[in-house]
Amino acid sequence: MANAASFAWRKPSVIPGFGLTLGFALLYLSLIVLVPLVGLVAKTASLGWPQFWAIATDPRTLAALRLSFGASAVAAGINAVFGLIVAWVLVRYEFPGKRIIDAMVDLPFALPTAVAGIALTAIYSPNGWIGVYAAKLGIKIAYTPIGIFIALVFIGLPFVVRTVQPVIEDMDREIEEMAATLGANRFKTVFRVVLPTLVPALLTGFALAFARAVGEYGSVIFIAGNIPYVSEIAPLLIVIRLTEFNYAAATAIATIMLGLSFVLLFAINLLQAWSRRRLGHG
Amino acid sequence: MIDKAFTLTRRHGLIAAVALSVTAFAAPALADTTLLNVSYDPTRELYKAYDEAFAAYWKEKTGETVTIEQSHGGSGAQARAVIDGLEADVVTLALAADIDAIAKKTGKVPADWATKLPDNSTPYTSTIVFLVHKGNPKGIKDWDDLIKDGVQVITPNPKTSGGARWNYLAAWAYANETFGGDEAKTRDYVGKLFQHVPVLDTGARGSTTTFVQRGIGDVLLSWENEAFLAQKELGPDQFEIVVPSISIKAEPPVALVQGNSDKKGTTKVAQAYLDYLYSDPAQKIIAKNFYRPAKPSAVDPADLKLFPEVKLVTIDDPQFGGWAKVQPTHFADGGVFDQIYKPGQ
Repeated sequence: MANAASFAWRKPSVIPGFGLTLGFALLYLSLIVLVPLVGLVAKTASLGWPQFWAIATDPRTLAALRLSFGASAVAAGINAVFGLIVAWVLVRYEFPGKRIIDAMVDLPFALPTAVAGIALTAIYSPNGWIGVYAAKLGIKIAYTPIGIFIALVFIGLPFVVRTVQPVIEDMDREIEEMAATLGANRFKTVFRVVLPTLVPALLTGFALAFARAVGEYGSVIFIAGNIPYVSEIAPLLIVIRLTEFNYAAATAIATIMLGLSFVLLFAINLLQAWSRRRLGHG
Repeated sequence: MIDKAFTLTRRHGLIAAVALSVTAFAAPALADTTLLNVSYDPTRELYKAYDEAFAAYWKEKTGETVTIEQSHGGSGAQARAVIDGLEADVVTLALAADIDAIAKKTGKVPADWATKLPDNSTPYTSTIVFLVHKGNPKGIKDWDDLIKDGVQVITPNPKTSGGARWNYLAAWAYANETFGGDEAKTRDYVGKLFQHVPVLDTGARGSTTTFVQRGIGDVLLSWENEAFLAQKELGPDQFEIVVPSISIKAEPPVALVQGNSDKKGTTKVAQAYLDYLYSDPAQKIIAKNFYRPAKPSAVDPADLKLFPEVKLVTIDDPQFGGWAKVQPTHFADGGVFDQIYKPGQ
């Protein structure tokens, strides 16, 4: 009885037992996320600094990391812009086949990434449907960093659409109408009223698409060409180190990727929190 | 925002759960014995035919039903999977070095595995040839044509593919002979060759697809069997095989992974599976699938005519000194391949 009373500050919850649920959450997270990541770092730690530094500053590692993070950032940026437009169209307009298009947005989630990679390569290679026209203009898409970028845009799209879409759904149209009656033109309405509301959701979508793209392997290796220093992504370099039975180097590159991703996601989270506070929207 | 993200993951979770339950129901429980043969890329068709023949032979001999599961991929990646715990009963890989690595890292294969079966445990051999477009528009006849201006060469990455290592070594053997053993010039040639490579796939099958389906490149450096297969699948009116003046005797070996098979109780049938590769019917299947049989006498002479006479250097030639030496010298991190690739940027 006394015990129950002492926990009375706690809000009643549907699932009983705070200790139990917290314990489960921690155990589950540890088994699935923390332990493997600690193992990764521990394996890297066995290297020692000089060796780790040599791997980290190897020109090939740097080129691969630059490509992976650079292409992912650009692809996530493009997705933020066009994903927003797709989400907007899906929420605000009625047109035949809308539900089919809405469902199609999820395809990159469900499709095995290798299938996506092969399909994209078939279309964008110099004798593919689109690649053949690009080739006439002297543009090579498949087997260059452009191909990597396209694959990363493909797999990242649903992350932006699905995070922004519900926020647009929740937005009151009256606010836009109000802005219009107060004399704002459409441009002003979009940039002063609509976009600020969407910034936190857009940042989340960007972060999710970015994180997914950095680790993407299957869809990229088919279209990348995999030329060292040119179109070799960091995950492929990890696989190459593994097939050389060089586990230490593989985990070292993985740890660098983990660290960079963490820092970037953390920065995006801060930015998101800041914009939410400043703009006062969720 | 957080709960929006949760809807995402929840949807994923649901898909995963459905997928899992479907696989669980689909898992068959029919066979008496199941063997797992972990192999490399271009052996898909060969082992598909061989597995059928072996299962029939074993059924007749012992009454046991045996099902053979196949796993294919880049040879290096496959070896790593076995090292990391993939429970292969037998490995049939592209390189002795890959099986050596399994032996060294896990002890599941004895160090002297190559002596356990005839012909260094290689029931079939192959070589490296060129596949070019019909009519050979770039006039490619031999290795020195590959480094001419405007010629694009397709080969997988020697880091991940066994076939690509044979490609590399065949090119090396040519240059070594041409330049009378001058290593600087040999390196220079092989380095130049890789500057003509626009796409490095991770496995031999990927490279074949790049060349044949995507139309990239002027010449594919390919296993001989893979070249014949591509020609057969796509009609001989599209591609031609060019046999260079010199090539390498590619010896893809097989071995029992006793550490796994003992545990699973499959050692007897797994050993029989490998032994039967040397039987007459198996050698016939091997030749039909465009591999050079270890026992040519067992094979229909008409099938042998396919294989052109070509000067073949072996891995044990003094310029290479066997896999134990070639592997660290050429293909380890920082080895010759990495060194000659660097200026290519």
